[in-house]
Amino acid sequence: MASLARPALYASRRRRNFIAMGLSMTATAFGLGWLVLILGVLLWEGFSGLSLRVFTEMTPPPGSSGGLLNPIFGSLVLTFLAIIIGTPIGILAGTYMAEYGRHDRLTSVVRFINDILLSAPSIVVGLFIYEVMVYPMGHFSGLAGSVALAVIVMPVVVRTTEDMLNLVPNQLREAAAALGMPRAYIIARVCYRAAKAGMITGVLLAIARISGETAPLLFTALNHQFWSIDLNGPMASLPVVIFQFALSPYKDWQQLAWTGALIITFTVLALSIGARALSARK
Amino acid sequence: MEPARRQSVADVALEAGNIAVDAQASRARALSGLRFWDNVYRWLTRCAAIGVLAILGGVIVSLFIGSLPALREFGFSFLTEQRWNPVTEKFGALAPVYGTVVTSFIAMLIAVPVGLMIAVFLTELCPMILRRPIGIAIELLAGIPSIIYGIWGLFVFAPFLQETLQPALITIFGNVPVLSALFEGPPYGIGVLTASLVLAIMVLPFITSISRDVFEAVPPVLKEAAYGIGCTTWEVVRYVVLPYARVGVIGGVMLGLGRALGETMAVTFVIGNAHKISSSIIAPGTTISATIANEFTEAVGELYTSSLIALGLILFVITFFVLAAARYMLLRIERRVG
Repeated sequence: MASLARPALYASRRRRNFIAMGLSMTATAFGLGWLVLILGVLLWEGFSGLSLRVFTEMTPPPGSSGGLLNPIFGSLVLTFLAIIIGTPIGILAGTYMAEYGRHDRLTSVVRFINDILLSAPSIVVGLFIYEVMVYPMGHFSGLAGSVALAVIVMPVVVRTTEDMLNLVPNQLREAAAALGMPRAYIIARVCYRAAKAGMITGVLLAIARISGETAPLLFTALNHQFWSIDLNGPMASLPVVIFQFALSPYKDWQQLAWTGALIITFTVLALSIGARALSARK
Repeated sequence: MEPARRQSVADVALEAGNIAVDAQASRARALSGLRFWDNVYRWLTRCAAIGVLAILGGVIVSLFIGSLPALREFGFSFLTEQRWNPVTEKFGALAPVYGTVVTSFIAMLIAVPVGLMIAVFLTELCPMILRRPIGIAIELLAGIPSIIYGIWGLFVFAPFLQETLQPALITIFGNVPVLSALFEGPPYGIGVLTASLVLAIMVLPFITSISRDVFEAVPPVLKEAAYGIGCTTWEVVRYVVLPYARVGVIGGVMLGLGRALGETMAVTFVIGNAHKISSSIIAPGTTISATIANEFTEAVGELYTSSLIALGLILFVITFFVLAAARYMLLRIERRVG
C-alpha cells in the first residue's frame, strides 16, 4: 500500500535499481570480454606459427626461420631450480608458523611480511639478486635467475603451507601425540599427509606464477642466443625472448614472440586450472 | 640335573635382566634421538621463518647500499628533479615517479568501480550455477603473465586506441578549456592512457576477488532484514553491504594499487618510455619499473646504475607502505568476521 501511495518514489527506486543492476551486468561482460579478447588474439596470432620446428630448433638470427628450443629449455631449467630452492624453505617456514609457533609474535610478523613479499614488485626482486649475486660474481648467470625466481616462489608456498596446515584437525595431532610420537614425527607423518593436496596446489600456483615472470630475469639470467646448459653463464628464457623479439622490428621474431606467448599462457592457465581442480576435489 | 637347572634359571634371570637393561638403554637412546630430531626440526623451521624476514631486510639493505652513490651525489634533489641525462650523468626521479603515480591512479579510477560492480553481480545477481565459472574466469585474468598483456597491448590494443578512442577524446575535449590540456598532442597509440587502461584490466581481478570475498562475509541476516523492509537489490548493496564491507574493500583496492604501482612488463611495452612529464595523458611517459627494465642492462657507469637502483628503492618503499596498509585493513575485517 505504501508503494502505491507514492508511485513516483516507487518508480524512481525501481529505475535506479534497474540501472545499477544493468551496470553490474555490463561490468561483468566487460571483464569477461577482455579475457576472451586476449585469449582470442593470442590463439589467432600464435597458432599460425605453432609447428614442430618451434620445439626442435634454436632461436634464429633476424630474417631467418627457427624455433624456441633454447628458451623453452632455459625456462624449464630456471623454473625447476627455483622450485627446488624455494619450496623447501617455504614449506619449513609455513610449518613453523602453523605448527610450532602458531600463536607467537614471530609468526604474526612473518605472516605480515610474507603477505607483502607476495605482492611486492618483481622487478625489485631482480634488482636485489643483481646486487647480492650478479654484481659480486661479476657476470649474469642462470643460477642468479633461478634464485630470483625462488624468492618469488617462497611467499606463495609459505602462504599455502600455513593455510593448509591450519586446516588439519587438531584431533589428528592429539591422537598421534597420545601414541607417544614426538612433534616432528607428527608433522611429517600426520600433518603433511593430511595437507598434501593443498600443499601441492601451492607449488603448482607458484610454478604458474614464475613461468611468466620476466622482470626478475632481465638482469639476472639475461638472455642467450644459443644452446647453453651452463648455469654459471647467461641463460635464455621464454619470457625474456618474447620481450626481446616482440620489441624487434623483424616480422619473423614477432611471430615467434606470439607463438612463445601462446605457449606460456596456456601452460600457466593449465597449471592454475589444475591447481584449482586439485584443491576442489577434497 | 638339579644344580645345572638352577644355574640355568639364574642364567636366564641374568639374561633377562641384561635384556631389560639393554632395552631400557636402547629406549632411552631412541627417545633422545627422537627428541634430538624434534629439536633440529623445530630450529630448522624457525630459521626458515626468520629467513623470510631476512629476505625483506636484505632487499631494503641491498637496494639502499646500491643507491648510495646516487643519493650522495644528488641528495634530496634526486626526488625533485625531472632531468634524466645519461650523457652528462645528471639524474632525477621525478618523471618516473610521476608516471607511476598517474598511471596507477587512472587505472584505479577505472578498475575500482568496474571491479566492485562485478563483485556485486557475483554475490547478488548471478545464478548459483554460474557463480563459480564466472569467478574463475575473472581470476584467470590475474593468472595471465604480464608480458602477455604487454605484447597484446602493443600490437592490438594500442593501434586500436590510436584509431578510435584517442582521436575521439581529442575532438571532444579539444575546445574545453582545462580538459584540452589533458588530451593534447597527436594520438600515438602508446602512452600514459594506454598503459593505464592495460593496468586497469590487470588489477581488475584482484579487486573483484577480494570484494567478492568480503561481500560474502556480510551476515545474511542484515541483508535479509533490509530486503524484508522492501529495499531494492541496489539499496541493499548501497546501504547494507558496502558500509559493512568498507574496510575490506579498501584493503582490496590498496592491494590492487600495490600491484599497479609495481607492474613492469605490460607497462614497459605500451608507455612509450619518454623521460618527461607532460600534462597530456595520451602523450608517452615512463614509470619507475619501465625505466629500470629498459635501461638497467645498458646502464654504464656507477652513477647511472646507482640511480636506477635508487628508483627501485623508491618503488619498493612506496609499494611497501601501500601493501602494509592493505594488509592491515584486511586483517581488521578478518578479525571482525572470525
